[in-house]
Amino acid sequence: MKINNVILRTASRFVVFIILTLALYLFFAGHNNPGGGFIAGLVLSSAFVLMYLVNDMETVQKAIPLDFRRIAALGAFLAVGTGFGGLIFGAPFLTQVFGHFHLPFFGTVELTTVTIFEAGVTLTVVGVVITIILSISEDV
Amino acid sequence: MIDISNLIVLPMALPLIIGIIQIFFKNQIKTQRTMSILGVLTTIGIAVFLLERIQTEGIMRLDFGGWEPPFGILFVADSFSVILVLVASVVTLICLIYAFSSVGEKMEKMYFYAFINFLLAGVNGSFLTGDIFNLYVNFEIMLLASYVLVALGGSKKQLRESIKYVVINVLSSWFFLVAVAYLYGQLGTLNMAHLSQLISESGQTPTLTVVSLVFLIVFALKSGLLLYFWLPGSYSAPPIVVAALFGGLLTKVGIYAMFRVFTLIFYHEPGITHTIIGIMAGLTLIAGSIGAIAYKDIRQIVSYNVVIAVGFILVGLAVMTQEGFEGSIFYLMHDMIAKSLLFLLAGTMITVTGKKRIDEISGLIRNYPVFGWIFFIVMLSLAGVPPLSGFIGKVLVGHGTIETGSYVLLALAFISSIFVLYSLLRIFLNSFWGETIISTDEEVPMRKGWMVSFSLFTILMFILGFGVELFIPYVADAANTLMNPQIYIDAVMND
Amino acid sequence: METLITILIGVFVTIGTYLLLSKNVIRIIIGSSILTHAAHLLIITMPGLKTGGVPFITDGGGGEFVDPLPQALILTSIVINFAVTALILVLAFRAYKTLGTDNLAEMRGPKYD
Repeated sequence: MKINNVILRTASRFVVFIILTLALYLFFAGHNNPGGGFIAGLVLSSAFVLMYLVNDMETVQKAIPLDFRRIAALGAFLAVGTGFGGLIFGAPFLTQVFGHFHLPFFGTVELTTVTIFEAGVTLTVVGVVITIILSISEDV
Repeated sequence: MIDISNLIVLPMALPLIIGIIQIFFKNQIKTQRTMSILGVLTTIGIAVFLLERIQTEGIMRLDFGGWEPPFGILFVADSFSVILVLVASVVTLICLIYAFSSVGEKMEKMYFYAFINFLLAGVNGSFLTGDIFNLYVNFEIMLLASYVLVALGGSKKQLRESIKYVVINVLSSWFFLVAVAYLYGQLGTLNMAHLSQLISESGQTPTLTVVSLVFLIVFALKSGLLLYFWLPGSYSAPPIVVAALFGGLLTKVGIYAMFRVFTLIFYHEPGITHTIIGIMAGLTLIAGSIGAIAYKDIRQIVSYNVVIAVGFILVGLAVMTQEGFEGSIFYLMHDMIAKSLLFLLAGTMITVTGKKRIDEISGLIRNYPVFGWIFFIVMLSLAGVPPLSGFIGKVLVGHGTIETGSYVLLALAFISSIFVLYSLLRIFLNSFWGETIISTDEEVPMRKGWMVSFSLFTILMFILGFGVELFIPYVADAANTLMNPQIYIDAVMND
Repeated sequence: METLITILIGVFVTIGTYLLLSKNVIRIIIGSSILTHAAHLLIITMPGLKTGGVPFITDGGGGEFVDPLPQALILTSIVINFAVTALILVLAFRAYKTLGTDNLAEMRGPKYD
């Protein structure tokens, strides 16, 4: 069945970018405000799901040739890996460090290892959600 | 300088990260196998090292991220935990050897080893954690891996059983959350040592006793204490190796949690909680014994044998004596090894004959003599015949029951041993004796990997049986910590 | 406020139990999800609902702040619930495709197979 989804197609081009921006905002806000890696991951994957809904699966696969299982694994690896970071420096497992750095263009930025952990969480969530949705939606 | 206490997290973190890395090597089965074996061997090494160190330095702990208790989450390694980590890792190692020559390429490429590693991570994490919410999280890691492993392969029976298995476990996890909520509402902490300290200061109020009973329901569901109705179905659906791991590890985690919670936190009202555990254990022994002799399906018989063992081990908890605990720990170690072997043997019987009922199989010992005699040894060991591994546990639990005058439990525990012996002897006489049904030309050869894992398990049973003297100091220390919660509290709360 | 939320939890548990007792797999999944949310509400209600700022020590300093632990517990629990629900959905879908039914009574199966 072919449905006329011109409005959806047109709107989605903008909406996807809005969603991606929101995801990015939530990700960085998460350090001291409501937000965080898990929610950012969910929002991010909703952008992907919208793309899968609007276009068919083959088109999106061609445009974004990623194996989402590997992305989930990469994310989990990052998250657990930061836990191991402490071990190398003789600190307890999962110790976080942070510091203020002067970067050109950005000025003084607070960087912490939690961000890497959160990035891992985000990737895991995206990978898992997309994998699950794809595995349910294929060949009904 | 590497902080030595960081080693405590490795039995959980190492399998976890290995499992994650294995996802990247989806199609390189050799790499996956090597990584799994090396990871589990390292875990075993760490567990041995920790066990030795605990004897001299006392209980060790690791505060995650440097957050001191009771504020952060932490891992605590006492003898009881580390003994179980050690045995669980050894069982996983041997099951992996069996898996190499039994699961087949298709499943190995479906992340089989990764999920085995996640399962081990959850099991070890549950043993080591010192925080009751963290225990919930580790339970869930273990259960998520087990959900996938039950369904992996996707046969009709597996899918059917896995849905029931998942639903029952989701429900028990819900009870766990509810119990955690009430506990936190009452005491404002979830650190096990801190909980114990607060309760011993303010007394175990009736509300707390009710909360402890909710915990009892949760762990009874997970371990199959009286609430075992889901167990035979779920354990007879997945591939043999997975069933062996489940039989060896999963119910034991529930038993461990019950020991931990009812010796460390809720030990002030033994008249209520431990009496109920005793009654449940007694009923489990009766029902398990009936189940074990009622069925002719081999895997059902073996599953009901798991149920009997759960009842037996918890008799030791119900009596609350040093000897009872020692017996339970010994029996726990023995049972993890012997039950995994029993599941592997039962599964192999089904694989080589293609039949599932004992009256359809006969004369196996003519085709596979060594296999047959290994089955005979396991049977004796599970029945508690000296000098095999089951003996010392049974004796010590028996001592414990006599000491406290729980003669009903004593009688039930030892009558159930006879039922274990009878149920397995029935398999042995029906399926191994008699006219062979497999002619020599259609005989399926016993693979090398199978025999290696059977022999390793058998050797372990002999070591555990003959080397009791070797293990006594560790087990005594573990039981001593269970008897005196103050040792655990001091190690966690005071520096 | 605690009383209101407790009643709400009661309603959730009722609905969840009702759905869990039905034979349709999808209803069971929704029921388990609702039950878990009731447990989340319970976690946040049991220690007492408090009002106050975020538990961060800022330059302004001090003041009332809420207990952060229940929120951390709930977040963890939500993630776990999310994973379990996703997995059981996939499982239910596969089971539906393979077994041709989403009714638990029909999934009982023959005694030996």
